[in-house]
Amino acid sequence: MSYLSNDQIEHHFHDVVIIGAGGGGLRCALQLADANHRVAVVSKVLPTRSHTVAAQGGMNAALGNVNSDHWHWHMYDTVKGSDYLGDQDAIEYMCRAAPRLVRELEHQGVPFSRLEDGTIYQRPFGGQSREFGEGGQASRTCAAADRTGHAILHTMYQQNLRTGTHFYDEFFALDLIMDKDGCQGVMAWDIAEGRYHLFQAKAVILATGGAGRVFQMTTNAHICTGDGGALVLDASLPVEDMEFFQFHPTGIADVGPLISEAVRGEGGYLLNAEGERFMERYAPTAKDLASRDVVSRAIALEVKAGRGCGPNKDHALLKVDHLGKDVIMERLPNIHELALRFADVDCTKEPIPVMPTAHYTMGGVPTNRFGEVVYAGEKGKGMAGEKEKVMPSLYAIGEAACTSVHGANRLGGNSLLEIIVFGRACGDQVIKHLEDKNYHAKLDPDCWKDGVERVERWLSDDSNESIRISKIRDEMQKVMQDHFSVYRTEEVMAEGVVLLEKTLESLSSGSIEDKNRIFNTELVEALELENLMALARVTASGALARSESRGAHARDDYPERDDEQWMKHTLASIKDGKVELDYKPVRTIPMSVESFPPKKRVY
Amino acid sequence: MSNIIKLEIYRYDPEKDAEPSMQAFEVPVTKAGMKLLDVLNYIKWHIDGTLTYRKSCGEGVCGSDGLNINGVNGLACITPIAGLKQPIKVRPLPSMNVIRDLVVDMEHFFDQYRSIKPWLQADSPLPEHERLQSPEERAELDGSYECIMCGCCTTSCPSWWWNGDRFLGPATLLQADRWLKDSRDEKIGERLDQLEDAFKLYRCHQIMNCMDCCPKELNPTKAIDHIKRTLLIRKS
Repeated sequence: MSYLSNDQIEHHFHDVVIIGAGGGGLRCALQLADANHRVAVVSKVLPTRSHTVAAQGGMNAALGNVNSDHWHWHMYDTVKGSDYLGDQDAIEYMCRAAPRLVRELEHQGVPFSRLEDGTIYQRPFGGQSREFGEGGQASRTCAAADRTGHAILHTMYQQNLRTGTHFYDEFFALDLIMDKDGCQGVMAWDIAEGRYHLFQAKAVILATGGAGRVFQMTTNAHICTGDGGALVLDASLPVEDMEFFQFHPTGIADVGPLISEAVRGEGGYLLNAEGERFMERYAPTAKDLASRDVVSRAIALEVKAGRGCGPNKDHALLKVDHLGKDVIMERLPNIHELALRFADVDCTKEPIPVMPTAHYTMGGVPTNRFGEVVYAGEKGKGMAGEKEKVMPSLYAIGEAACTSVHGANRLGGNSLLEIIVFGRACGDQVIKHLEDKNYHAKLDPDCWKDGVERVERWLSDDSNESIRISKIRDEMQKVMQDHFSVYRTEEVMAEGVVLLEKTLESLSSGSIEDKNRIFNTELVEALELENLMALARVTASGALARSESRGAHARDDYPERDDEQWMKHTLASIKDGKVELDYKPVRTIPMSVESFPPKKRVY
Repeated sequence: MSNIIKLEIYRYDPEKDAEPSMQAFEVPVTKAGMKLLDVLNYIKWHIDGTLTYRKSCGEGVCGSDGLNINGVNGLACITPIAGLKQPIKVRPLPSMNVIRDLVVDMEHFFDQYRSIKPWLQADSPLPEHERLQSPEERAELDGSYECIMCGCCTTSCPSWWWNGDRFLGPATLLQADRWLKDSRDEKIGERLDQLEDAFKLYRCHQIMNCMDCCPKELNPTKAIDHIKRTLLIRKS
């Protein structure tokens, strides 16, 4: 038994612990396991249940299989799509690496769809252009029908079975073990057995995905509760740009499941109640393939103007039947299935009812392009040009991280790319880090206590004046939905911030009925709610403070982008129970090419 | 349709119960097109917080919530309430070790999957670009790569109930066939050697429960048949 093990706790030693088994975590694990490191993947669900599985449309890479393409054009589109809030060094790195890494995925077995010449099938997606916006629409999104995330996640899982990665399935991460030298490990709860595990490691990687469940209506899985961001906030570190939350234009109306942008990439388009193809007015050139923030706002404006569809006049219609049944069944079979199951619509015959739905967390744990977690230091120093500091041995990748390649708005097809590129890059960086880190540190003998306390508070509490956690979660999600949606104003948001603090208070008197230890999913929901609550608070505060419109953050009262004041990243942390905001500059200097200076975004 | 949904749900709490039992619930209809997962969530969030089941994507792609619903395996999140005879009898996947309520131990299922080495195996040097594959060769993978490993098929198979320790079962064999069909894989011989076994493969007696219940409408029986035929061709 290892030295900190006791009746309740098992103490493990690994070289690296990765929290989360989605595409990013598994790609990173693969890099490390292939380099013969002892990697533990700690995931609250079985790996193939991770939310990468639900990604549909594809993964961007300038392969040029359909028409000529260049990574530099991809970079331009990504910078423009980010509304100039993306860090251009990280964006250059990602776009340059993309073609090689897509081919590597193919070599690993991903069943990409194919073109007649046998190369990987690529489709047009929103916000893509050739020749820096001058050469028309690009076809850059590599696809496995409309199940690309499923294909990639399963392939990554298979590759990790090959390398013998250690999987700890259905373990919930409770607390990061931090000391003066950085991150030493993580405390986790074995959901099935109801026991504690202390994972000590020389590097800890957060790959926990997004936080879509802060909203009432979301395309995200039940498991997308921002666990990594909350762990970092709990460790008194900041999260970055949380106010930028992507609303996907085409979630199925009133239910949530995603209808991929691939539908519009293949030729589908949006209609309002008058049967008008309204995107022609909002984006004359790109039309339905404008950036997601632009299309979502257009739908919201059509609904506001009384041109919404359905009995409540609250959604738009996505027409796809003109493509013909053969094309739909070959390229969009999953969409056909989802529309049938969740909207009761056969999309080979009728249009699909859609509305903007919370979809992607652009913000997250701040990192550099090596996946190292960074923080700005004292308030103000970051803006004054003080170099940001690296938190030793702590890393973050994928949707959990803010690298920031998406800035204020992510392009479709860039998230699957991000997890693969930075999963691998982070793995390489950790390999270097391990070269001079031969031994595990000596831990504070009490380091496990905070994690244990987090669970025991729920299991031991038997107060009578209990409030169901589901009720508190509903309230929190409703506040976020009503006060921080596609369009935001000062008044509505300020009210939202107050309401959120109230729900936070009720969380302290919240309780759960289930006091068992074995497979207590109500306990897991309570822990997830704590995480969501922390992220909702920083999202709300960051949004209220940012008095401009940029990318996904659109304000009625400040309709323009304000580069003078606001071309900077928000850093939000929670100190003494209060949200504190700080800022740091955007990294506008790429690695090797010239910077793309901000200009007006027109599609 | 009435405004109340009646269910009977399998309950087993290893910390308290000596035996499992069925518990009745009544849930109001809260919206049109309700799925079984919506009803389970309603119970958990409004009636009984101790009800235990797995869930993740809620749209039929992650494979978390495979259950036995009125005697047929399926995913709770895509099974509409309309059309189910009430009281709806909800049980865990058959023949599996129950951890608690509707949650079963999936370890052996995934061990079997791992045993077929479900990854691309090729020795030839990697090309500079992608390995080429024609749309027709790629189409061979349709009907198998879509599998979400929910376990509905395997746990509905009587042969697997009897010989699950050695018979690989429909889900794993469907994946075994996927790698036999992938034009990029170069270990077909080894894969067939591994599969040629009275128990691993030949316990399939074409009962076809697997095909009947697959939530993704795949056909493992056909895949198993294809493996057998491939072996036969190799012999002759």
